[in-house]
Amino acid sequence: MPTKPKIGFYWCASCGGCEEAVVDLAEDILGVVEAVDIVFWPVAMDFKKKDVEAMPDKSIVATLLNGAIRSSEQEEMAHLLRRKSQYLIAYGSCAHMGGIPSLANQFSREQILKFVYEEAPTVVNDQKTRPMLQFEEKGRVVHLPELRHVVRSLDQVVDVDYYVPGCPPTAKITKQAVAALLEGKLPPKGSVLAPDIALCEQCPRKESKPTDLSFTEFKRPHWTKLDPTKCLLAQGVVCMGPATRGGCEAACIQGNMPCTGCFGPTSRVKDQGAKMLSSICSNIAPKEEKEINQVLSGIPDPVGTFYRYGLAKSLLRRKVNLPVNGKDAAV
Amino acid sequence: MTNGEWTPRIVAFFCNWCTYTAADLAGVSRLKYAANVRIIRVMCSGRVDPQFILEAFAKGADGVLIGGCHPNDCHYSEGNYKMLRRFQLLRRMLPEMGIENDRLRLEWISAAEGEKVKWAINDMVEKVQALGSLGMPGRFQDWDQEMKSLEQKMTTPEEKEVAYAH
Amino acid sequence: MDNNNEIRIGFYICHCGSNIAGMVDVADVAQYVEKLPGVALSRHYKYMCSDPGQELIQQDIKDHKLNRVVVASCSPLLHEHTFRQATEKGGLNPFFFHMVNIREHDSWVHTDRQAATEKAKALASAAIQRVAYHKPLEMKKVPIHPDVLVVGGGIAGIHAALTLANAGKKVYLVERDPTIGGHMARFDKTFPTLDCAACILTPKMSAVGSNPNITLWSYSEVAEVKGYVGNYKVTVRRKPRYVHEDLCVGCQECIKACVYKEPKFPDEFNEGLGKRKPIYIPFPQATPQVVLIDPETCLQLKLGKCKQTCVAACADRQAIDFHQKEELKQIDVGTIILATGFKTFDAKRLAAYGYGVHQNVYTALEVERLVNASGPTGGEVVLRDGQKPKAIGIIHCVGSRDEKTNRWCSRVCCMYSLKLAHLLKEHSDPATEIYNFYIDMRTPGKGYDEFYDKLLDEGVHFIRGRVGEVTDWAFTPEEEGKLVMRVEDTLAGYVRRIPVDMVVLATGLEPHTDAQAVRRMFNMSCGSEGFFLERHPKLAPVSTFTDGVFIAGCCQGPKDIPDTVAQAGAAAAEAMALIDKKYIEQEPNTAFVDETDCSGCKSCVPLCPYSAISFVEDKKKAVINEALCKGCGTCVAACPSGSIHQNLFEDEEIFKEIEGVLAYD
Repeated sequence: MPTKPKIGFYWCASCGGCEEAVVDLAEDILGVVEAVDIVFWPVAMDFKKKDVEAMPDKSIVATLLNGAIRSSEQEEMAHLLRRKSQYLIAYGSCAHMGGIPSLANQFSREQILKFVYEEAPTVVNDQKTRPMLQFEEKGRVVHLPELRHVVRSLDQVVDVDYYVPGCPPTAKITKQAVAALLEGKLPPKGSVLAPDIALCEQCPRKESKPTDLSFTEFKRPHWTKLDPTKCLLAQGVVCMGPATRGGCEAACIQGNMPCTGCFGPTSRVKDQGAKMLSSICSNIAPKEEKEINQVLSGIPDPVGTFYRYGLAKSLLRRKVNLPVNGKDAAV
Repeated sequence: MTNGEWTPRIVAFFCNWCTYTAADLAGVSRLKYAANVRIIRVMCSGRVDPQFILEAFAKGADGVLIGGCHPNDCHYSEGNYKMLRRFQLLRRMLPEMGIENDRLRLEWISAAEGEKVKWAINDMVEKVQALGSLGMPGRFQDWDQEMKSLEQKMTTPEEKEVAYAH
Repeated sequence: MDNNNEIRIGFYICHCGSNIAGMVDVADVAQYVEKLPGVALSRHYKYMCSDPGQELIQQDIKDHKLNRVVVASCSPLLHEHTFRQATEKGGLNPFFFHMVNIREHDSWVHTDRQAATEKAKALASAAIQRVAYHKPLEMKKVPIHPDVLVVGGGIAGIHAALTLANAGKKVYLVERDPTIGGHMARFDKTFPTLDCAACILTPKMSAVGSNPNITLWSYSEVAEVKGYVGNYKVTVRRKPRYVHEDLCVGCQECIKACVYKEPKFPDEFNEGLGKRKPIYIPFPQATPQVVLIDPETCLQLKLGKCKQTCVAACADRQAIDFHQKEELKQIDVGTIILATGFKTFDAKRLAAYGYGVHQNVYTALEVERLVNASGPTGGEVVLRDGQKPKAIGIIHCVGSRDEKTNRWCSRVCCMYSLKLAHLLKEHSDPATEIYNFYIDMRTPGKGYDEFYDKLLDEGVHFIRGRVGEVTDWAFTPEEEGKLVMRVEDTLAGYVRRIPVDMVVLATGLEPHTDAQAVRRMFNMSCGSEGFFLERHPKLAPVSTFTDGVFIAGCCQGPKDIPDTVAQAGAAAAEAMALIDKKYIEQEPNTAFVDETDCSGCKSCVPLCPYSAISFVEDKKKAVINEALCKGCGTCVAACPSGSIHQNLFEDEEIFKEIEGVLAYD
């Protein structure tokens, strides 16, 4: 009996949603389990790092790694799994483009640590205690991974073979990816395993979008009673659909919420945020600076709006004037 | 670099009809201005994709200058307004990303305004010179320095080759 | 790239004599480029645009199997076409060529040889990176509608219209005033030959009126211009003259019959020096020979109450129609010639000269009418107070060559001042003294300096100095009742006070007040002084940056009649060249949607000023009509999924250019 292909799952800086997505395969997961041999899945099964280290190089057929790379431990695991896997697949927006965690690239490590351990309203920490990288007690040294200054996508740390996009990837595209893998029907290396066409193509509200869209104001979804049948852009809500790869079958729009861009740009676009900004701004109605800015004031957080899932993979990657080296100088 | 001293590198996108022609006029008139600006011709300022601006910064520009026709004068009626609107949002967003406003500039320069080309370039060079280098390629390297030790420890030589080729 | 598609770039840097080589180390640039990836050969050469330069490219393409060509020389606006042709003659698609501007944008504007050389390298490296991505393209052919619109019926418009009509082209001539003729029709004589202006102009005017190829719309204005070269759609607003042009025979019985027995209202044609009735014809040889009614002064139109004696006089011709309304006419033309002329400087702006305050201060144009035999005084030089002047002072450069007003030289004032001096002398008592106050005498032109010599012999006084003030404040009894001209005589070296009876202001030429609006309507540019901007000051003097729109005469800048007529002929020839070729070749820089990539988000549709983008319902995709696309690329920049491309300005071409200009340290 031929051995079943070995598959690994791992999570880095992620919310656990991608793990849920695997579970969301529901009964189909049984088929997967049937077809493969899961050799590593910390969230569900009891394997240790040393088990992986013990495996021969390239003995795992594919590892689906989710989450951004944020700490030295995640970085180390990325390297380890890269070495042990024939295919390393960035699974989900965070591994793909940095995801929500990479919004932290707008702040320095010190700003983040200070807020989280000292300033957050729910924190009581009079001693201003911070986690230490190592601690020695009675001759026993305990280590903690180091938080990196920069949040990275998986491919900014190691070589990546394929990307499964989404926050989280839908069951459908996950199944398609696994099937392609098992059947050996893979596209060229580096491909994103989702349609290379923007979401509007499969949006149920496509018909309701006018051909003479011209923005006179932008509304935020939670301030607005949204018409559940009409194109959200036509309702003045920033919907990233036109700049975002399809494949999710407009799941958010079906829930009457705008697309926020988790599938990332098409292969023809280098910077999803810049492209959406360009498209949105071009279609603003006023011509005078003051009135233009009045309309644009409806987008209070452009970085968070246009780069919600992709700051790490954007052309600038990170707020450019933040420190990276040595001690955390306060910014 | 000229004579070892740092001077800014500025990428300019000039529209064919007004500003590029004005820069030609500046040349024909033998006006003299700073040599830091590299002009890329586009047909209309409306063609300037914000990606071009970010790419220029990412590839090492210290400033980006966009030149278009004056309002109401666009050869294509309204392309300059489209750029103006993108510019307004970029000016709000780029400082959030740590790029000062003086590094991105939009000027309306008509085909007759050779003098304005000279003024805009000199003024921008002066302001960017004062800000200092943006040096994104160097920053990217500095940022990734923190991965070096693990990379060395964890990567076999063959893997390194693959990674660098990628 | 596999071997079959190996990129082999030929790079050429031009010395342009010393224009480039003087500031850019061309050999160093050539050496640098030689080492760049894809470069098969790199040369520097004295004059790339010369025949041997072009042949060099052609030969190299064959000998070295080049498949891309880059030339670093002057502006692409000047020689891109030349080198594309050379590339094509060498057997390549002409769009496998890219040009680097290292003259206008580099050697001419920098003073540091090292910095200029580095800039040249950076720009060259950008072109090398970019050209590898070039695709074979074909020029776009746009058919040319054979009809021409000429705007403005002065001598420029008249000459252009006649030239075209005589060549068999259909012309629409649109004139704002009730008659064609423009400024020239008001002149008495023309310098330096002293031909009677009317005698040489009016035959051309009537030729316009009778030429079957010319549709003359006087008292009309262009209201809207749409379309593009070859296919302009123009709306002309025909103002009501309350007289049907096709019914009026020009007998002028109605004018005689008007209830106003005497002319009472200032006559525009005579600069207000004469009078006319509410129903009038601007001047006897007006073309068209059709009267018109001034609604501001006609009792019927103003008050709705009149005996309408004019209607009775017109009798069964029934040409008069008090209910005539403004009419909008739509025409299709392929090319447009703008000959909208100039306005004279408003002399009131220079208060020191007292125009409008002292009644004996005249503008030159008023004097043209005064010395004209058919003018308000029948050619007699009589002042507004009825006196004949015994001393006349002519001030040059009023509203010209002056920091406070207009900096430019109006080019015609010296000569017309000499002409007026001669005519005033001729029409006055022989003892009349005539003074010319000038800054410099500018008399270049055939027979012009000889004319100046003649005037010197005629005993006209020439005083070099800009007049500071014209005043009626007398210091001495001789100055009493006179206008005193205060001037520093810069040749004699002292300040003089010269009492005269009449002051003539040689007002300069300015753009029309609505020149900016006109230029926008026709999508042109203006120079800083406000005259229409030609495409190239030397090589394309009557072309504009809008294909198919040409300019002639003083709307482009001050000039005399011979130059105006020459330009008008040139503009007509340019229009004919387009018409007879039947099509124009345009840059294939149009945008196109990749249908497999387009998600049908419709974001691009409203962005196109030419409505070239439509959403095709059955495909649910955007489609660009190539014939309508003008190639601005705005939709390309705004397509959120990167599914629109622009030929010649593809994303990757521009990204490579960005990388290239920044690659060089």
